[in-house]
Amino acid sequence: MAETTQALQAQEKRAMSSPAETTRSGVTFTPAVDIFETETAITLLADMPGVISENLDIDLRENTLTLEGDVASPEGSDEVAIFREYPVGKYFRQFTLSEVIDQEKIDASLKDGVLRLNLPKVEKATPRKVTVSAG
Amino acid sequence: MFLRRSFNWPTRNYPSSFSELTQLKNQMDQLFEGLSGTAPTTGAGVFPLINVTENQDAYRIRAELPGIKAGELDITVTGKSLSIAGERKISEETDGARYHRRERESGSFRRMVSLPGPVDADKVEAGCANGVLTLVLPKSEEAKPRQIAVK
Repeated sequence: MAETTQALQAQEKRAMSSPAETTRSGVTFTPAVDIFETETAITLLADMPGVISENLDIDLRENTLTLEGDVASPEGSDEVAIFREYPVGKYFRQFTLSEVIDQEKIDASLKDGVLRLNLPKVEKATPRKVTVSAG
Repeated sequence: MFLRRSFNWPTRNYPSSFSELTQLKNQMDQLFEGLSGTAPTTGAGVFPLINVTENQDAYRIRAELPGIKAGELDITVTGKSLSIAGERKISEETDGARYHRRERESGSFRRMVSLPGPVDADKVEAGCANGVLTLVLPKSEEAKPRQIAVK
């Protein structure tokens, strides 16, 4: 990108109402995502700072992809807050996928709080060019 | 709702319009919180947002910086102020990727924070774990609370 030097603006974390009432109290946030598609796969990148891989749940059922990440507060019990600008809470986001995904080949990695999820399309869904030979 | 349930109509459009309403409500709530002064006020264009805590020995400053490694950050402590600077890069995906959503942002940032008290600048530690930066700033000796024995 040409404008990589533009100044970053602080974005307020987007809180969401849970799809169902949760047993544990706390705020749930919507992670910011990038989603792009190539001919063979759909890739999703999600910012989930504070989530460790053990607490990240990725679920693909029928056409619904669910991302759920639990975040434990990093603060120790003896720490007293002086000021807070951002809240900490779990992440939740759900997507409906239109393409048929090859569930066997889904690949997810979590690095520095960024989830990269690779969802390959099933073979028959990848478009194939048919060359017509002139008879 | 009743109709939808009893006739098994397609439900696709309903949740999104509801969640948009909820979002709007949340945004309005935030706006009014800001007006009444109950929400912490953050200056415009300030990145990253930070949380500051203290215990007996140190101040801790945390910031959510997903995708940034500790080595890419420029952190300096001078007297009673701290500066965090860096750049968040999002690499462009090549070979004809079509974007459906682009919500993650890239750019450079610099933030100055005035510390709540004097710190021992030589012993400041910084660490990044899972996209969260944690700075541990030990309080300088004269700033630590001291128990005074009553004779």
